Amino acid sequence: MHIMEGYLPAGHAIGWSVATLPFLVVGVKRLGDRLRNDPESRLVLAAAGGFTFVLSALKLPSVTGSCSHPTGIGFGTVLFGPWIMTVVGFVVLLFQALLLAHGGLTTLGANCFSMAIAGGFTAWWIYRLGCALRLPFNLTIFLAAALSDLMTYVVTSLQLALAFPDPVGGVPGSAVKFLAVFAVTQVPLAISEGLLTVLVMNLLRTHASDVIGGLVPRLRGIAR
Amino acid sequence: MKRQNILLLVGAIALAVVPLVMIGHGGGGAFGGSDDLATKLITAIEPGYHRWVSPVWEPPSGEIESLLFAVQASLGTGVVAYCLGYYRGRRRAQADHAATR
Repeated sequence: MHIMEGYLPAGHAIGWSVATLPFLVVGVKRLGDRLRNDPESRLVLAAAGGFTFVLSALKLPSVTGSCSHPTGIGFGTVLFGPWIMTVVGFVVLLFQALLLAHGGLTTLGANCFSMAIAGGFTAWWIYRLGCALRLPFNLTIFLAAALSDLMTYVVTSLQLALAFPDPVGGVPGSAVKFLAVFAVTQVPLAISEGLLTVLVMNLLRTHASDVIGGLVPRLRGIAR
Repeated sequence: MKRQNILLLVGAIALAVVPLVMIGHGGGGAFGGSDDLATKLITAIEPGYHRWVSPVWEPPSGEIESLLFAVQASLGTGVVAYCLGYYRGRRRAQADHAATR
């Protein structure tokens, strides 16, 4: 999902950065409030950041014969909501842009929008929907993480299609081409991310049910 | 719970291994990065486009790049494992404490 440095025209780069900024501002404020009012959750927040760090570093082979990576955003979103995870995603992407030449500073806004904002809010809404429909908790977590992962790559494809419309097919034609590269590759990886998210959530529920109970109120009644 | 966790892990590993085995040997799978494929697609759609900014710093070789990715993954794993280990130990201690009273 990383759009490489310099591969978005300046107007698009600025546009996506401007779109991302308000989410980051609210995110930083909510993060500060959370850390002040709920110091108990610090360690779990660190783990949510750690999970994003690992998953976005894992480039996995896929059925299309190319490699891609999960995002790890869904896990933290269920615990801390999408705003705080925007900040976490931003930090991960900044690290990769500066040290790995993966992504870039001009494309940071667009990449943050696809991974942290589109991915985060998708995870949040799916999670809320799963709760409202009273789906089993693990299934809800799986769907939230997997669809958040997939949505990130769909948004990246659309961002690139908007910037580089196909000479014949226009934006839709171009979107189909980019989706063929990103979205199809991502399907098995999204399933992987869903499985790993349920796994880590299981472990956390087993050992820290008291802390998790505060973060995921619904779990109080459900955890065994 | 434990059995479910093992199955989840096996599932995630299988999802990575199956593509490698199925299309790895002579199946035409080059396993390049999808990000790089997208970059190639950009130049295919708009041949005149050149990147207007270059990365601030680039890892000097593939080895250094994979080193940094490994650092990123291990940092993350370290934090997650610390957190799980902390809570596991705390739960044990609480259980022991309750048992001795």
